[in-house]
Amino acid sequence: MPAPEAAPAPAAPPPADLVNVQIDGVWLKFPKGTRMIEACKQAKKEVPHYCYHPKLSSPGNCRMCLVEMGMPPRPAPGQEPEKDEHGMPKIGWMPRPVIACANTVAEGMGIRTESTLTQEVRKGVMEFLLINHPLDCPICDQAGECRLQEFSVEHGKGESRFREEKVKKPKNVDIGPRVRLDDERCIMCSRCIRFTAEIADAPVLGFTERGSYTTLAVHPGKRLEHNYSLNTVDICPVGALTSNDFRFQQRVWFLTETNSICQGCGRGCNMETHARGDTIYRQTPRENNDVNSNWMCDRGRLDFHFVNSEFRLTDPMVKNQGKHEVTSWKKAIQAVANAAVGVKGEEIAIIASARMTNEELFFVKQLAKILGTENVDVIPRLGEGDNYLSAADKNPNSNGAKLILGSEPGSKLAGITELMSRGRLRVVLALGENLLKCGFERRDLEKIPSLVTLHILANASAELSQIVLPGNAYAEKRGSMINVTGRLQRMDRAVNAPGNARDTWEILRDLVVACGGSNGLHSIEDVFSRLAAEVPAFQGLSFAKIGDLGVPVLETDEKIPLLEREKERKAKGIIVG
Amino acid sequence: MAIQYISGKEPHAREKRLIFKNIDRVGFTPSIDSFLEDGGYEQLKVALKMEKSAIINEVKASGLRGRGGAGFPTGVKWGFIPPTNTKPVYIICNADESEPGTFKDRYILHQDPHQLLEGMIIACFAVNAKLGYIYIREEFPQAAIIVEKAIAEARAKGFLGKDILGSGFDCELYVHRGAGAYICGEETGLIESLEGKRPYPRIKPPYFPAALGLYMSPTIVNNVESLCHVKHIIQMGGAEYAKLGTPNNTGTRILCVSGDVQKPGYYEVEVGKVTMGEVIDVLCGGMKPGRKLKAIIPGGSSSKVLRADEKFKLKDGREIGIMDIPMDFDTMAACGSMAGSGGVIIMDDSRSMTWVINNLNNFYAHESCGQCTPCREGSLWMKKISDRIVSGEASPDDVDSLESVANQIEGKTICAFGEACSWPTQSFIKKFRDEMKGDCKPELVGEIVSDEGKVAAAGLAA
Ligand SMILES: Cc1cc2nc3c(=O)[nH]c(=O)nc-3n(C[C@H](O)[C@H](O)[C@H](O)COP(=O)(O)O)c2cc1C
Ligand code: SF4
Ligand code: SF4
Ligand code: SF4
Ligand code: FES
Repeated sequence: MPAPEAAPAPAAPPPADLVNVQIDGVWLKFPKGTRMIEACKQAKKEVPHYCYHPKLSSPGNCRMCLVEMGMPPRPAPGQEPEKDEHGMPKIGWMPRPVIACANTVAEGMGIRTESTLTQEVRKGVMEFLLINHPLDCPICDQAGECRLQEFSVEHGKGESRFREEKVKKPKNVDIGPRVRLDDERCIMCSRCIRFTAEIADAPVLGFTERGSYTTLAVHPGKRLEHNYSLNTVDICPVGALTSNDFRFQQRVWFLTETNSICQGCGRGCNMETHARGDTIYRQTPRENNDVNSNWMCDRGRLDFHFVNSEFRLTDPMVKNQGKHEVTSWKKAIQAVANAAVGVKGEEIAIIASARMTNEELFFVKQLAKILGTENVDVIPRLGEGDNYLSAADKNPNSNGAKLILGSEPGSKLAGITELMSRGRLRVVLALGENLLKCGFERRDLEKIPSLVTLHILANASAELSQIVLPGNAYAEKRGSMINVTGRLQRMDRAVNAPGNARDTWEILRDLVVACGGSNGLHSIEDVFSRLAAEVPAFQGLSFAKIGDLGVPVLETDEKIPLLEREKERKAKGIIVG
Repeated sequence: MAIQYISGKEPHAREKRLIFKNIDRVGFTPSIDSFLEDGGYEQLKVALKMEKSAIINEVKASGLRGRGGAGFPTGVKWGFIPPTNTKPVYIICNADESEPGTFKDRYILHQDPHQLLEGMIIACFAVNAKLGYIYIREEFPQAAIIVEKAIAEARAKGFLGKDILGSGFDCELYVHRGAGAYICGEETGLIESLEGKRPYPRIKPPYFPAALGLYMSPTIVNNVESLCHVKHIIQMGGAEYAKLGTPNNTGTRILCVSGDVQKPGYYEVEVGKVTMGEVIDVLCGGMKPGRKLKAIIPGGSSSKVLRADEKFKLKDGREIGIMDIPMDFDTMAACGSMAGSGGVIIMDDSRSMTWVINNLNNFYAHESCGQCTPCREGSLWMKKISDRIVSGEASPDDVDSLESVANQIEGKTICAFGEACSWPTQSFIKKFRDEMKGDCKPELVGEIVSDEGKVAAAGLAA
């Protein structure tokens, strides 16, 4: 073990709420109550672990985090404690290791994460975990991100002296619509059980049998089917729980991850989009303790397949004698301008979407201004929220739409519908919404001389439109949104849009320019700067400053039920948080 | 009138019957009438007039150490309830008696349940527990019926319920049935089981029962025999009780002797006042004819085995042989084993140590709760290796593997089952290595490889 550099000796006794802890020879200070494993992590001494998860209770069952620990022996009465070279009380090392995950640091404690004892113990635990493990890595989805693989390389023995038959257990068990179980791979860390019981309030998982025959199962008559079931796949440290959706689709080492925001509802759960080339294979939650903790709902997570859809619009099109013909972007944009410029503002309507980014909405507003119309709105999507993350507002950016367009989402739709049905609208721009799916009648749409659709998928309203502009999907764009709690968040481009589809914000910008507006905005950063100058809530912000975790920009009294409960458990010391 | 015992079951003259006074007693029944006739519940009356802290002090002064296995001082344990506590306090009587070789609590439950109830109610009063549970293993169905009847009788007489004997103290006791698992005897596993869950032992810290026990409230878990002693401590006074036995090893305890002796059975003796030799030769009538002592498991199956010809060095410098070991807590510990649950298993020279350890390993592999990795995987591995040694399908290096598996378990688990299952293997191999290796086949060295094992090795190397 290389001797770590010695820290300067702490001169005065630490403040009441800090304790001195020696980690691998270095004295550091930590707040009282810090778990040993977190202290080691802060000291850049990662302790391998399986069952510990900061958002779940700590059963201490895997024993992977065992470390050598010591405390200064209590001096005999009247005697001064012996001091080490830093002037700290000398540590009396315990003969037995302790778990770092559930124990908290104490004044004068010593932790050795690399000592012979610690390493021997880890080897032993690794060996035990592997003797009955099927080691079918070549066909296991977890391969490449498997903690068992990782730690066995680092801490394993590299050979097997196991001469017995392995315990056989059920494989390929159907435990729910989206999650599949391989019991032989399960290392019985109980993370999934704790998640379903503690976070999802649906305690459907449990162990049956005992000893080495212990088997994870769903309770009789129950299924793992709640809307948060796929989080168990994320936290399973091995390939025991796999996602039906992702199963056998792709080896994980070919995937690149991009930070994004879920579009499924106004919560805006932070996530990573995993893609190979321009195909998305899965999405996983990304930790954000102000939004979604470490979790996300199944519905949101799986709602990416449309991005890969074969019905994507790939070229701008203009109708000629009732038939759509592919055209160039330049001609398509000009066609829109030709249709709209010169038409009276009250004969134009823009029906945009609260699924658009702030930057896109900025241009929607510009466009409305230049066309002189007040008929601008977005389509609200009110559904039901749950008691966890999912928000009742199923639009990801209603707050952005409200802030930027300056009106309550949906407040002008009745008026626009009325004008449309009376044949008063000559130009309607449907931006990011399929009007036939949003309560508009076909016969009314047919009355519009110039119906323009900007969308990503071929649909019936696009079919009706004179001009069709293919935009890009959330995973293909950069931009920002404001979630239901008023948090401004950023998304990044994970894949490229198909064919000749373009960034939606650029299409809108070009429309503004073609309709006589001014240019000068060439990047999302530029657009955001303009927004920051115009929208008081964004004052002082830049696109970069939003950061990976977002910033609060609006006061809302929205509480996030799941996070409130996590805060309570943290306050009680049940979880680290 | 002198107490009469059923013929053939009379206590030995060297016994000191305190707890087992009424066991096998002629005319004594589990009914409350029998108990009251014998002066029952008088100590409860006395205790209810005492200060609670005074009772705890008497128990501390008595030096009583737990009879469930660990030998922890009972009074000290009671004192661990946080003084600032505002939650309800519970007492649990551990009647799960499942340590192989132990068979004492069952007699109390079957024949003298009120002695337990009286001790337990006093304990409840002392720690201010208004609720107590008697956790009876599932294999004792009759005991559960008897104890429930006894509780009903005690309640009818006002020894349980509201305002017991006008003292203002309320207390209820309930029987809870186990579901057939050894681990339900481990106190935190028991608590989980009582809460209706799988008996997965809890990590300590933070879940020390005296602070965070049943329903996360302060909880005292005591063995049946331990709680019975409380009644006698009140009767005699702590200091007087402490004169029984030897210093730091006070009182009486019930030894459960099984195995290859002429008269196996239960013997209540003053702690430390009889030696192992006296247990075998005097109490139990010696070894079976023509047989020689080979080994002894002195404190339940989990305690380390002692070899007949071993010499033990004590702290005071004395060196003693197995027959000279006084049956107490401290000397047994100094000899490298433990007094444990009082289950003394005697093995003579007809016994194969390989067979014995295999038998034990089968038990532990079957009973590991499976919660934590080393015990879950190690206990079955040990069983499988010793299965092969017994059936002659092992090579001598399997004995070394077996030992190292045990070493990899000990001290690394959530609960003391880890020690319970590794100590037998460690001690049997340490003391009978040659015999066990002798049961192996040297020609099998390097020959025994499971196909899966090969794959595993390859997978890891990759
Ligand atoms: C695996 C295991 C099994 C145990 N089984 C029993 C048992 O059956 N009965 C018992 O009284 N104590 C048993 N114990 C000890 C209990 O955990 C606990 O220490 C005891 O009930 C405390 O009572 P005492 O202080 O009166 O001895 C067991 C411990 C372990 C680790
Ligand atoms: S399935 Fe995965 S998360 Fe669940 S207990 Fe097994 S290893 Fe742990
Ligand atoms: S809760 Fe909303 S934002 Fe979060 S994953 Fe589900 S749909 Fe997406
Ligand atoms: S040591 Fe064994 S019995 Fe105890 S918790 Fe671990 S697996 Fe269960
Ligand atoms: S991480 Fe599993 S015991 Fe600590």
